[in-house]
Amino acid sequence: MTGRAEIVRVTLPAHLRTLARVHGEVELQVAGQVTQCAVLDALEARYPMLRGTIRDQRTGKRRAFIRFFACEQDLSHEQPDAPLPEAVAAGAEPYLIVGAMAGG
Amino acid sequence: MSGVRVLVGTRKGAFVLRSDGKREQWEVSGPHFPGWEIYHVKGSPADQDRLYASQSSGWFGQLIQRSDDGGATWEAVGNDFSYQGEPGTHQWYDGTPHPWEFARVWHLEPSLDDPDTVYAGVEDAGLFRSTDGGQHWQELPGLRGHKSGPSWQPGAGGMCLHTIILDPSAPGRMFAAISAAGAFRSDDAGESWRPVNHGLRSEGIPDPGAEVGHCVHRLAMHPSRPSVLYMQKHWDVMRSDDAGESWHEVSGDLPTDFGFPIDVHAHEPETVYVVPITSDSHHFPPEGKLRVYRSRTGGDEWEPLTRGLPQEHCYVNVLRDAMAVDSLDSCGIYFGTTGGQVYGSSDAGDSWAPIVRDLPAVLSVEVQTLP
Repeated sequence: MTGRAEIVRVTLPAHLRTLARVHGEVELQVAGQVTQCAVLDALEARYPMLRGTIRDQRTGKRRAFIRFFACEQDLSHEQPDAPLPEAVAAGAEPYLIVGAMAGG
Repeated sequence: MSGVRVLVGTRKGAFVLRSDGKREQWEVSGPHFPGWEIYHVKGSPADQDRLYASQSSGWFGQLIQRSDDGGATWEAVGNDFSYQGEPGTHQWYDGTPHPWEFARVWHLEPSLDDPDTVYAGVEDAGLFRSTDGGQHWQELPGLRGHKSGPSWQPGAGGMCLHTIILDPSAPGRMFAAISAAGAFRSDDAGESWRPVNHGLRSEGIPDPGAEVGHCVHRLAMHPSRPSVLYMQKHWDVMRSDDAGESWHEVSGDLPTDFGFPIDVHAHEPETVYVVPITSDSHHFPPEGKLRVYRSRTGGDEWEPLTRGLPQEHCYVNVLRDAMAVDSLDSCGIYFGTTGGQVYGSSDAGDSWAPIVRDLPAVLSVEVQTLP
């Protein structure tokens, strides 16, 4: 898949959809290998208002109450540069950015 | 016709309350940013339509929103609050060193003359400035870098820089207050700072008269008398007549001198308002009676203002940034409660009425007086 741009489907939590002024899923072109880091880079490039809301702007570290799911797996603790599942890279399954259930 | 715009920050969104100069009928808009904590919303003195809001969430962190049309529409601007250099440590609650960690923006203070310049007071205590309408933020590291910085400890609500006052008569002079470090003054536009806490006594710290370590809750200044400062400390209402060089207590006959907000009448520099709260372990008004106290003598002699305020079964709190005054001929006073009420008085506090009763807990109240 390297060398061409993939269309990746991303689902945002409701507050971030409001902030980014989008409805439903976001479709992103991701060049190169489809990793969590590449998807988040593409997301923040297209929606700069999301910078800092999902991961730290300087360190890239995931915010504590954010989770990353795909294909019924919790990818939150995976390495940011690890390839995402083929079904996500191919656009068959969405990459889910989720606000953790933590009261409030 | 003149009017007012009251900017309300709450635990679950921002609200804008508008009225004409009579301040009897109110139009309420909001919630803006529903579900988010809005610590503070404030308008630029140089452009009434330029507003800044601090929006935050435990999930998604800090955002800054800017409006250029008086709060009708908003745009997310810069939210990178990175401390300058190696952040270092302050004291944690248990006395151990703790790295400085950005948590949120408590207070936004727009410049007196430039709508694009705005200061932000943050937790863990630091001061930031933007000169491009909030797009980019730079720390003014001289405050956090003061030699006493490593000894600062958080108050119960976190180590927050909650008060920023710009002196209209002395360019470059500004004041900041931090819980629980104390009051600080800069005379060079925020480049360097020194503690101004002489005269404060706090029984909860090892040396009650220490240079730093005081839990200052709020400072207030009247623009026509910038050398006079008022302070609501954790306990004690204090006054300085020399721009913070020394303080003396003016709690006088208050029923309790614990509280959070303090403010000054728009046209009477010796008329001061506080909201006495029972104690630091009972964050509600004495006897369940919500009373604003007014001094017309610059402190010491206080009168309760009760007309229109609940005088039984009232157990709300009024937080430090939740009181403001307008500058209409008959000065208006406003405050919000943790029970979601915003009360207003159009006669300098003689009588009060709720503008709204059922908002989320109110974190901040600011007022703009419109031509």
